[in-house]
Order: sequence, then structure tokens, then C-alpha cells
Amino acid sequence: MGILVDETTRVLVQGITGREGSFHARACMAYGTKVVAGVTPGRGGTMFEDKVPVFNSVEEAVAQTQADMALIFVPPIFAPDAIAESADAGIPLIACITEGIPVQDMVKVSRYIENKPTRLIGPNCPGLITPGAKCKVGIMPGAIHLPGRVGVLSRSGTLTYEAVEQLTALNLGQSSCVGIGGDQIIGTNFVDVLRLFDADPDTDAVVMIGEIGGTMEQDAAAFIKKEFSKPVAALVVGASAPPGKRMGHAGAIITGESARAEFKIAALKDAGAWIIPSPADIGSTAQEMLRSKGLTA
Amino acid sequence: MNIHEFQAKEIFARYGIPVPRGIVAANPDEAKAATLELGGRSVVKAQIHAGGRGKAGGVQLVHSPEEAAEAAQRMLAANLVTPQTGPKGAPVRKLLIEELADIKQELYVALTIDRGHQGPALLVSTKGGMDIEEVAATSPEDIHTEPIDPLSGLMPFQTRRLVRHLGLDQTVAGDAAKVLSALYRLFVENDCTLVEINPLIITGDGRVVALDAKINLDDDAMFRHADLLEYRDISQEDELEAKAADLDIAYVNLDGDVGCLVNGAGLAMATLDATIAAGAAPANFLDVGGGATPEKVASAVKIILSDSKVQRVLVNIFGGILRCDIAAEGIVLAYEETGSNIPLVVRMLGTNVVEGKHILGASGLPVTFADTLTEAAEEIKKLNV
Repeated sequence: MGILVDETTRVLVQGITGREGSFHARACMAYGTKVVAGVTPGRGGTMFEDKVPVFNSVEEAVAQTQADMALIFVPPIFAPDAIAESADAGIPLIACITEGIPVQDMVKVSRYIENKPTRLIGPNCPGLITPGAKCKVGIMPGAIHLPGRVGVLSRSGTLTYEAVEQLTALNLGQSSCVGIGGDQIIGTNFVDVLRLFDADPDTDAVVMIGEIGGTMEQDAAAFIKKEFSKPVAALVVGASAPPGKRMGHAGAIITGESARAEFKIAALKDAGAWIIPSPADIGSTAQEMLRSKGLTA
Repeated sequence: MNIHEFQAKEIFARYGIPVPRGIVAANPDEAKAATLELGGRSVVKAQIHAGGRGKAGGVQLVHSPEEAAEAAQRMLAANLVTPQTGPKGAPVRKLLIEELADIKQELYVALTIDRGHQGPALLVSTKGGMDIEEVAATSPEDIHTEPIDPLSGLMPFQTRRLVRHLGLDQTVAGDAAKVLSALYRLFVENDCTLVEINPLIITGDGRVVALDAKINLDDDAMFRHADLLEYRDISQEDELEAKAADLDIAYVNLDGDVGCLVNGAGLAMATLDATIAAGAAPANFLDVGGGATPEKVASAVKIILSDSKVQRVLVNIFGGILRCDIAAEGIVLAYEETGSNIPLVVRMLGTNVVEGKHILGASGLPVTFADTLTEAAEEIKKLNV
């Protein structure tokens, strides 16, 4: 059910004893996620919330608990090491929430994991959730989600929540929601996730939220045009951004014509995506799209 | 973080990249003395954190020390407005006085992070001295891009290939290759996000010289470069943006009158877009961040309120890591401390929203609540005065 995470996902949390790590590990567990281990070097042998064993290394945690996904909350200086450690331990899926990793550190670690059987989501992302499987691996507020058949894909955190909120308000449930992160160097891009949604029998349509900076939206548009088989509603934010100014996200900076919102929107429109005219219209545009395809009442 | 040309050239010199002889001047007398020292003629270059100086009058060739003093006087007197500075321009506090160069050929060289291959890339072009964006748009075949594996670094065969693409003859090829490898070491060791030389020149007597220098540094890596932090020039930054940066708040000053307080960069961009769609104009982009305290939220609100353009405030908080009650406490704190009565439209959702709205409702502030983004934008429009 859904993509990447479901009821069988066994999560280990790197940085589980920290302020953010402990808060969100608890929230994931409360939502229904199977958090099976924590890793904090030097804190091995203790228990988190009397339920989750903490290990000194990912290697030990995997051997003892068969964890198959890592959720990373460690500070930016240590996050690249945490990603590499999980990849080295053979973890197939990693979500790195950490914001502010130096780009050249990220460049090296993304090269390190390139030939390993590991998929990295993020960094600087909200994580991912499959509401129907009660599996939330990230920092999103669980309560706004509704199980359903729309896949949600975004570069942003809180804007993903906005999209989900609008969908849920119209009773349009979500199959899975994936925030891929706002940095320049990220492990998984739009096309990677679109491919997974395309193959997922529980996803009927996709809401995709892009922003200024880079050309990932154009890549997605080319993929949608060429082979994506399901309807897509797309929003691109940041039309008001002045060139050269970084809009919070390290990746959201206009450094060339193609990085502008209007070029991305034009590419997506040309690919046949339903263009969401304003951030307030995410839910209504998705509803209109689903109705026209006979996918909802 | 941006640094000045003369600072970038200091770094270049440390890495053995040849730069013209130059002297930094802060007034006409110093410019005059520098020109005298350089043999009576020089190029006077205004030091600002933006490109496009040449056409804007920020670079002047002078033929005497007196002319240098006059040029310095003129450049230091007013903000320099270029296509990259915005209409207000940037203040000129320092000038770089350089010896004249005998230019035989102008090349373009840059190093940056290429998202496509997720690593550094070296760009070269024989179209040096031109606007490279324009070259990229009109004749992309004139730019050669060399992706670099971050683990092995820039390999000698790659520098040889780049030099071949530049069509340089054997007499200068070795020196050009040295500049390219030094540039890569500089890029990595200083956590740069961009290093650009436009133009890199070949002189009449066959030397390779960086005539201009631009370096952007990775803010996220500055914790390990205390020495580079000393290059920060706050006079080149927008006053409110500099203040926000010191508080670790992502803020960009814009032209409108709607102050925006949002958590999350994506939602903040979306809020600006929705505001514009409703026919109003945002005064700023502001992402207060995830783990904010009431004090940090208050600081963010005070930055918004201290902006004289702001006539109305739009708050859009989706409580996740940041709880709505914390945001509300921060807003109330800022209004109490500043005594402001600028009206607010507040849209809050998510964690502790009931508590947050209660705090604002009981505060006596001029608050209008909205449930959705559409409603919030409409309420903001109604506040138009």
C-alpha cells in the first residue's frame, strides 16, 4: 500500500536521544509507525521510552532489530556521517530531516551512497507518510492526513502540509506523501518518486509541488509527457522571488532563466499537467482533475 | 555569503593564481597615491557585492593620479546602481586600484555545484568578458562544462581537456592548467558555492591573469571558516536582511506593504504568491524556522514591524515543529514591546492551534482570524487603506 513506507517498515532513528529526535520519534510511534531502534553513539544499552532499544551503531541496531529504514535527526555537522553509516549497514531507505548540511559535505556523501542499494530522501525534508498503513516517518503532523489514493510530492515541508490539509478538507485521501527536500543536493528527485507512484496500484493521481531554483520541475515535465500514466496537478511557488535572492531553501534561488517559476509552469503545462493557479487552489484543482477523470464523485 | 573582488583576489593570490597588482583605497587621496605607485595610470574599480559594474560606471580607466582621485570621488559619493543591485544600488566604501592589463584574449572560467550530476563542475568559455547568462542563452555550445567527481577531485586529464576547449597554444597551456587546478583546490578548501573569473586573460606577453574575481561562500559551512567570516561586509547587505541573518531567520526584503510571518520556506513562498494573487503586495519573505522560541518569533515580528513599508501583517503558521501557541506568544510579545497597532490577519493550523488562537484573541491586538489561505488573502485585501 502506497510507496516506500508501509505497515511492515521497521524504522531506526539516528539521534533519538536528542531534542528533535526524541519528540518526533514519539510522534511517529503515536501515529502507528514501528520504531524498532534508536542510534546514538555512546548511549547504547539504554531504552527510549521504555520500549525502543538504543544502540551505539547502526550496524548493531540492524543486526539486533532488522531495521530497514533510517530516520535522521542529527545536527548538520554529523548528518553526512549518519547517512553514510546507514548506507554502509545496508539500510535500503534513509530519510534525513537535518537542515543546513554544508553542500560540499553533501556532495561527497551522495557520491558515497551512489553505488549502494540505498535510497536517500532529503536532506532538509519533512520525511514521508503512508496514511493507510499508519506509517509516518518524518516530522509532518499526522492528524491532517487521510488514507486515500492521491500521491503527494513536494520540495517543501510546511507547504506539503498545506497541500494535504486542502486535500483532506475535500475528503481526498492520500496514498503516500513524500517531501524530497529543499536543498541543492538531494538524494531523491521528482522523477524518482513519480516512477514509484506510476507503479503503485494504490495511487490514482499525483499532486506535485515545485518551486523556483534548478530544473527538477522541467525534468519531471519531460517524464510526465513521455511516460507517466496518471493525472498530475502541479503547483510551482516562488513567482515573486527576485533573482539572486535565496528564498530560505538552499535550492530555491533563481540563477538563470530556467529556474524561474513561469518557465517551470510552462513546461508542466506543456506536459499535460493540471496547473494549480494559486497555493490556495491545491485541493480544488485536484478535485476538478479527479472528477474529470472519473476518479471521484 | 558574498565577498568583495579585492578579498577574492587576496584568496586567489594565496593559491598562486596570478592577479594584477592592486591597492585598496577608501578615499580620493589613497586612490591618487595608489595610481602613482602603479606608474601613473590605473583602473579604478568600485567594490560592491554585485556584478554589472562596468556598464554602470563602477569601473574606470584613468591616465593620471589626479584623474584617479576624481574617479574615486565620484564613485564613493553615491550608491552604485547596476542591473544586479536593485534600484537603490549598493554603497561604495572601498575601491580597488589596479595596474592596467595588456589584454590579448579574454576567457571565462567558473566553478560551481551542478545539481544535474550532484557535484562540482568547472565551466570554461572563450567568450570571456561578456554576460555569461547571455552566452548560455544564445550560444550554449560556447560553454564547456566539466563535471568533477568530488572523491577524486579535478584530474589532470580534465584540466588538459578544458585547456584544449579554450584553444590555448602550448606557451600558455601549462599556466592555464595550473590556474584551473588551483581554482578547484580553492573552491573545495574554502567551501565555496561559486568561484568565477570573468575575464581570465592572456596578456600580450603570454601570462594568464585573473582580471576579475567573484567568490560566494556556503553559509552552512562558515562554522569551520572563522577567517573567512571576517570578510563579511554588512554595508553591502540590506539592513533588515542582515539583522534577520544574525538571528538565523530567513528573510528577504521586498517592495510591498504586507508584512509576512510564515514557518517553512515553501509555505512562505506560497503565502507571497497567494497574497499577490489576491491583489496585494508582500513586503517581505520570512521563514521563522522550525524550532523557534517565543523570543525568536518576537524578533521576527519586530523585524517586520520595523519595516516602514509595512501597513498590514499576514501570519500564516502551520504548526508542526513550531507550535501555534509559541508563535502566538511571540507575536503578542513583539506588539507589546513595540506598541505597534498595525492590523494582523492570522491563519493558524496544526499543533496547539486552539491555544494559539486563544492567546491572540485575548491579547487585544487588532487581529482578524482566517481559516484558509484564500480567506487570509481576502482579509488582507480588505485591510487595504
